[in-house]
Amino acid sequence: MATVYIDNKPFQMDPDQNLLHGCLSQGLKLPYFCWHPALGSVGACRQCAVKEFKDEHDEQGRIVMSCMTAAADGTRISIDDAEVAAFRAAIIEGLMLNHPHDCPVCDEGGECHLQDMTVMSGHDYRRYEFDKRTFRNQNLGPLVNHEMNRCIQCYRCVRYYRDYAGGRDLNAFASRDTVFFGRHEDGILENEFSGNLVEVCPTGVFTDKTLKRHYARKWDQQFAPSVCVHCALGCNTDAGERYGTLRRIVNRYNHQVNGYFLCDRGRFGYEFVNSRQRVLQPILDGQPVSAARARQHVSEKVAAGRAIGIGSPRASLEANFALRTLVSPEHFHTGMPDAEAGLVESMIAILRRGPMRTPTLREIEECDAVFILGEDITNVAPRMALSVRQAIRQQPMEIAKGLKIPLWLDHGVRDALQDARGPLFIATPYATRLDEAATAMFRGAPDDLARLGFAVAHALDPRAPSPGEFPLAGEIARALKAARKPLVIAGASCASNAVIEAAANVARAAQAKLAFIAPECNSVGAAIMGGRPLSAAFQAVREGRADTVIILENDLYRRAPAAEVDAFLNTAAHVIALDHLDTPTARKADLILPAGTFAESDGTFVSSEGRAQRFFQVFVPQNEVSASWRWLGPDCWHGLDDVLVAMSRALPCLAAVKNAAPSAAFRVAGAKIPRSPHRESGRTAALVNIDVSEPAPPSDPDSPLSFSMEGTPEQPPGALIPFFWAPGWNSIQAVNTYQKEVGGPLRGGDAGIRIIEPAPAGGQAYFSAIPAAFEPREGEWLLVPIHQIFGSDELSLAAPGIAELAAEPHVAVGSGAFADGEKVEVTCARDTFRIPVRIRPELPPGVAGLSAGLPPLTGVRLPEWGKIARSK
Amino acid sequence: MTVTAEKPLTRDMCPDGSALGLLAYEQAGGYQAIRRILKGGMTPQAVTNEVKEANLRGRGGAGFQTGLKWSFVPRGKDAPSPTYLVVNADEMEPGTFKDRLLLERNPHQLIEGAIVAGFAIEADVAYVFLRGEYSLAAERLSRAIAEAYERHYLGKDILGSGYALELHLHLSGGRYICGDETGLLNALEGKRANPRSKPPFPPVVGLFGKPTVVNNVETISCVPHIINNGAAWFRGLGRTNDAGTKLYGASGKVKRPGLWELPMGSTIREILEEHAGGMRDGVKFRGLLPGGSSTPFIVEEHLDTPMDFTSMPKVGSRLGTGTMIVLDDQTCPVGMTWNMMRFFGRESCGFCTPCWSGLGWAERILQSLEEGLGKPGDIEKLEFQTKMWGPGTTFCALAPGAADPLGTALKYFRDDFERHISEHRCAWR
Repeated sequence: MATVYIDNKPFQMDPDQNLLHGCLSQGLKLPYFCWHPALGSVGACRQCAVKEFKDEHDEQGRIVMSCMTAAADGTRISIDDAEVAAFRAAIIEGLMLNHPHDCPVCDEGGECHLQDMTVMSGHDYRRYEFDKRTFRNQNLGPLVNHEMNRCIQCYRCVRYYRDYAGGRDLNAFASRDTVFFGRHEDGILENEFSGNLVEVCPTGVFTDKTLKRHYARKWDQQFAPSVCVHCALGCNTDAGERYGTLRRIVNRYNHQVNGYFLCDRGRFGYEFVNSRQRVLQPILDGQPVSAARARQHVSEKVAAGRAIGIGSPRASLEANFALRTLVSPEHFHTGMPDAEAGLVESMIAILRRGPMRTPTLREIEECDAVFILGEDITNVAPRMALSVRQAIRQQPMEIAKGLKIPLWLDHGVRDALQDARGPLFIATPYATRLDEAATAMFRGAPDDLARLGFAVAHALDPRAPSPGEFPLAGEIARALKAARKPLVIAGASCASNAVIEAAANVARAAQAKLAFIAPECNSVGAAIMGGRPLSAAFQAVREGRADTVIILENDLYRRAPAAEVDAFLNTAAHVIALDHLDTPTARKADLILPAGTFAESDGTFVSSEGRAQRFFQVFVPQNEVSASWRWLGPDCWHGLDDVLVAMSRALPCLAAVKNAAPSAAFRVAGAKIPRSPHRESGRTAALVNIDVSEPAPPSDPDSPLSFSMEGTPEQPPGALIPFFWAPGWNSIQAVNTYQKEVGGPLRGGDAGIRIIEPAPAGGQAYFSAIPAAFEPREGEWLLVPIHQIFGSDELSLAAPGIAELAAEPHVAVGSGAFADGEKVEVTCARDTFRIPVRIRPELPPGVAGLSAGLPPLTGVRLPEWGKIARSK
Repeated sequence: MTVTAEKPLTRDMCPDGSALGLLAYEQAGGYQAIRRILKGGMTPQAVTNEVKEANLRGRGGAGFQTGLKWSFVPRGKDAPSPTYLVVNADEMEPGTFKDRLLLERNPHQLIEGAIVAGFAIEADVAYVFLRGEYSLAAERLSRAIAEAYERHYLGKDILGSGYALELHLHLSGGRYICGDETGLLNALEGKRANPRSKPPFPPVVGLFGKPTVVNNVETISCVPHIINNGAAWFRGLGRTNDAGTKLYGASGKVKRPGLWELPMGSTIREILEEHAGGMRDGVKFRGLLPGGSSTPFIVEEHLDTPMDFTSMPKVGSRLGTGTMIVLDDQTCPVGMTWNMMRFFGRESCGFCTPCWSGLGWAERILQSLEEGLGKPGDIEKLEFQTKMWGPGTTFCALAPGAADPLGTALKYFRDDFERHISEHRCAWR
């Protein structure tokens, strides 16, 4: 550590960091704009100026930018020096020359970094008397709003969008005081991580367009810590509500998981919670009924003794456990298609045996050679793609280290690295967005991808079985072997156990980390909990062993071909469905129970990483919507903790889950944690149009959070942070004050608990079931899923912004057989779909892609052999 | 005082204004310097040392020791490859037209200098980054480069020496900001011409991330003569410690505006009175910007200062490009300053706040003064801005370059600024 004297007081700082990083980590108030912990220093805004002194005798000093100055041992600086304080105030004045006086109508108002920094700098009067420059704003699509007149030219947006996230269609145009940050023309932002602009922008240029449609100030929203439900990575979020409407999702920093950034599906998919398709009350035989009547119906049917339960990989552990308890374990089914359940179980088994360990997203960023086998991660687990984009900078970073360029000096490092990229190999059936950053790609059918994997493993370790000579295998093996921290990524997308086993072999042979991607937000949790296969449920009804089916948060039409589901639901005498949305399955139920979404319930998901993470109820709905586990659980469960205790007893493998977050009894100095930031008006005013009395806030038996602004002023542990705020820090950049060191772990611990770790004396034998090489069939196509960030996920598709961006369902084929846009009939299993063709020349011969998860293609089990015929 | 001096840079130029052709250049002793180093067995180190010894300082205006700059380039087997030489021919300093003369009238001298410099830094590729508007220079330089390739002065195995250098002419979409060599490098890479973080400096991380030396046209043009005649000769050319000759120029209401090659360290008075012929009849001298618009004003009392890198700072100014802009008593100093601030404001790349924000503000204040709309306090606001543009507070030298003329204009011509406010008009209009 270096000793840095600030206004003659010694502070310990990391010498490999800059002074701004050090000062903020010490909790000192130093305003800044262009610097960002994830983006490094460039020295554009000149806001973080301090005065540096040569030694203790130097009284003159000189102004330097703290972000551009290393925290070298013995450095002496002053923040309070009058001249430099005046300089910082003048910089604000300069930044604000053109900034509109529109805070009262600006979406950023009240959580604006520019406001915060202005107050911090002391600037309060604008002497500039001339006209302000004006810009024309652009329509950037349904997710991000653009108001360029507020811009202060800090360059964060383009640095994040282009340099960090790999986007190309946002740039800085023109010069002087009229630099325009936007696209070359109006249009939807292409990058899948564009929503982070909303948080990266220090003011209101880029704001959340979905929030704009139902706007509420930060201080008028009620927040709860949450976990994203739109893929299996488990990014941490905070969800904000007002008047029973979920208003937005913001990033909840977790050093090990999502860091500062979310994907656009995760940020903007939340609007399904407000959907008109929501089920808001129990409906029995088409008629609304009371909750009591609904419960009675469930009890009667279960008491009859012939009920089975179907759980869900998108429902919480607690909800699944409640159903499992209700129908008894032997009548509980996981709700995943058999093959998918097998894949997830296989992943868990591999990771438990070890020695390969599953990395956190943070650890992925630190890996220096990446081999992706069978996954289109940008579309399946988007946030991971952003981590991989950072990972491929690791090897080139050695160039910067060799040149002694501080790694925080972002432009210096990028000038030195230019386009240098570390090894990234991608083997998938079709081209992926990350290909642009890849060293080499391999295209093949799932069996051939697996064979490539086996070949790479063999090239690394001759003891691993070999499929024979394979192109690219040697190159990939050499890159993984040469790396300090190699990484293999695979998952369930190809629905191929061989791919998963091949990836395991590579990871073992390369002593690499192994990241598996599960299909849904709680697939891993559901698989650990276990249950009978879905086919067994179908069989039980078909064979008359069961007559009542209770389906938990699961649209079976996405799990099996429509004909099979129809037969199943029509045969069952009683169908009880719990769900958020009026799904095709729910529409077939006799009783529909309104299940709380992540916003109206508490529960735990287990991410692909094996991290159990708790989400908390955001608001108390003014209807019958309730957590599924409350609908199904026994009367003795008074709160979430009772469920967790019961689950620990019944399922020791999930005992650790209760430690994913503090229990409901947790208090900070005797007080609960407020879900709402304090507002001047107080809660009396919040509902003044209805009642001017002071309503008692609802009680929360499930968590240590209060449904009000009252509670501890202290910062809660990472799992319980509803919003980031600190005195003087109203924007989300208040997260600085929650970290042990800026950009580092949260002071109260990063949320979640890993429940999958490799066995201590681990090690598994190499898998040896190498599939035969793929043989195209005459007149048939192997249909593989093509995933789409916007469209393949069930729930986010009910968010209007996401739905607008979803592609039309289509079948993709290589060039030759069909014309682009031509309508064809795709027949697989017993279903025929009339959809357009998209030509993707890279698809291997005999392989076609089918839009995954997009209605009407939802129930198709892929991969599957099918026929494609010209539409008559 | 009459001085007879050598004029190596301009001596051979044709009086008719045409370019010195290849043959004429060779007959005048051209391309002997590269023979000397390539066939005479000089090492890159020796060439660098010779130039260092000659005390050649950068003629773009900064005056950095050229040989020293070259010595920063990493050499040897483990050095990154390729190494680049970039000739900055993006001449855009207001009032400055010296490089244009060298480019249009003696392009082979520049090419030979680039080969020598390239050899010294072991460059593989050289670029001439030429101001897009210099179309005549582009035409003549293109032809000269083609001729040099034909004669194997460029390309692989130059003169059978084994040394190879590719020279490309790049017509820039340039901006004033390309005067910052790192802004130039970004522009050459096809990026926004924003200056880069320094460190890392271009000799270590330059064009496309590789070691790069950026030298001005006049600097490079001096190099063959140093090799041909030796460091001592070059040092002897200067009248002060700063060596060599210098292209000095004058514009404004002088009798004979123009450009002259004179010994380094000639006094301002000598240039102004002897070569430029003094002020036109009917106008009086008030002050001048000695080396383009980004150097501080000097006034009457400073006229006997030698125009060199060392002496000018002693009177609060800089040599800059050595091409002076003269202010007379019939021209409004506020208007002149406004004109310059419009230029600087327009040329700000928009990267750092004091520059993009402050220049535009200063420009508008000066405009309002000129239009008779100035208010008490405006001068203080302008002074305040010049402090915001102090060295170290901005990202590059553009805004400090604007602070110099504005600050000294406020110092030397303050009455004129005050009159604009008190009389609500510009007295020269």
